[in-house]
Amino acid sequence: MAHFPKPAEGSWTEHFKIDTGPVSYADSISPEFYEQERDAIFRRTWLNVGRVEQLPRKGSYFTKELDAARASVVVVRGSDGEVRAFHNVCRHRGNKLVWDDYPREETKGTCRAFTCKYHAWRYDLEGKLTFVQQESEFFDMDKSKYGLMQVQTEVWEGFVFVNLDPENSTPLKAYLGKFAQGIDGYPFHRLTRVHKYRAEIGSNWKLFIDAFAEFYHAPILHAGQYEAGEAAKIKKYGYEALAYDVDGPHSMVSSWGGIAPPKEKAMVKPIERVLRSGLFGPWDAPDIGMTTEELPPAINPTRSEVWGMDSFVFFPNFMLLIWRPNWVLTYHYWPTSYNTHIFEGTCYFVPPKNGFERLQQELAAVTFKEYGLQDGNTLEATQTMLESRTVDQFPLCDQEVLLRHLHTTAQSYVHDHRQRGSTASAS
Amino acid sequence: MGNVFPPGFAALEPFADWAVRGERARYAKRVSSTMEELQAFYDVAYPLLRQNTEYLENLSLDDIGDQDKHLLWAFCALVTVAFPVEAWGQPRVPDSGPSSIDAVIEPAV
Ligand code: FES
Ligand SMILES: [Fe+2]
Repeated sequence: MAHFPKPAEGSWTEHFKIDTGPVSYADSISPEFYEQERDAIFRRTWLNVGRVEQLPRKGSYFTKELDAARASVVVVRGSDGEVRAFHNVCRHRGNKLVWDDYPREETKGTCRAFTCKYHAWRYDLEGKLTFVQQESEFFDMDKSKYGLMQVQTEVWEGFVFVNLDPENSTPLKAYLGKFAQGIDGYPFHRLTRVHKYRAEIGSNWKLFIDAFAEFYHAPILHAGQYEAGEAAKIKKYGYEALAYDVDGPHSMVSSWGGIAPPKEKAMVKPIERVLRSGLFGPWDAPDIGMTTEELPPAINPTRSEVWGMDSFVFFPNFMLLIWRPNWVLTYHYWPTSYNTHIFEGTCYFVPPKNGFERLQQELAAVTFKEYGLQDGNTLEATQTMLESRTVDQFPLCDQEVLLRHLHTTAQSYVHDHRQRGSTASAS
Repeated sequence: MGNVFPPGFAALEPFADWAVRGERARYAKRVSSTMEELQAFYDVAYPLLRQNTEYLENLSLDDIGDQDKHLLWAFCALVTVAFPVEAWGQPRVPDSGPSSIDAVIEPAV
């Protein structure tokens, strides 16, 4: 039974002209393909590494490990207030410039200059080399030639992105395309209360995006999160999105509201009933300066009255979820090998005004985490069985259209990159 | 020794060890507890939460006192304990095996 209309072609998948045949998933189990993704995708596209609130004043910095791109960057607010990013490597002998006790762990702080732990070379906040220990021992040292290697950095609506490709000529806003354009103006800056989670996941990075880019699995895998009678009803109902959309490598799914607040209180667990909160966030939306109807046009694109949330997949690894009760969740998937990645989930709320709102937010954040645990562990089971190569053709349904799009996109990036490589070596 | 929680929450005093700072530590306590321990805490904390929404709505987070801070931590612990008690029937999330998701940034209170 169809609950929401589909495009004239009869399916979303055909509407976006994506193949409807079974999918192989070879792109998620091959070490060789992953090596190609590192250059074709992670060293070439705009990657979201954080938010401007992490850089509150001049000299504020944080580091980001971009293992898939074989890089570590340090993002810093300069003395001129500008946000910049540099490769986190000292120009003297290549030591990692900014780190605490553990070289592989990310760090943050505030400083006036970066001093290398090895021989104390010093760089200012704009990356200029300002001090060399025993400079006279060097050979005609021209310090201006040894500044930190800068990385292209741009900010969209407070989200800080870097692009490691020195040849990249696509501005961030153009890369993010029509979804970002249509989200412009959402008051992210009011959502400064952060709960952030991190997990090491034993699966290819794309498989976790798959899990979060479809809700077909929600009534099944997460059934235990509902009251028993409700779970059965939801399972029977199944899942259909309000709408899907695709723009270049990016995509989105717009979803109905589910249970926030539920039609009958008996639908939800006692803790949700008393705190008036749950997976969909605190039921009473805080003031963000605009009503649901006034939200920018890419949010709730069908202007549905039963709208509940939108998930935007900004290729390659940044997902942005905007929820009707005025909060935001972001997901990042940072590959560490072909079958492992680091997952980050970050909840952004309007700062709570009192103890009750604080608890409402705790319940929303913790509910997301409990779901995530179910997803994450399932993925490890999926990865190992895909790797067994027992089966290599998997049928995907129309509610899984974004998965097809993601895998097709990754493959075409790798394909184009290979193409460019062979042209370059031929010439 | 004075009370850990504000007046009106004396019933929580035997469960003062649930007033743990930080979701990560609260979750660790949850998964290392038995269902009986979780249920005992839940049975006392849940009714207190239900009866005191107004108190919490009037609880300002600026300059919050120690007793109120402990109260919020205990109720945050109730939030994480509610999952095993109301949904899972076991301290760990079913089918979550060895996987973990850790809080890396969280509010001070
Ligand atoms: S490697 Fe940094 S000062 Fe020598
Ligand atoms: Fe899920």
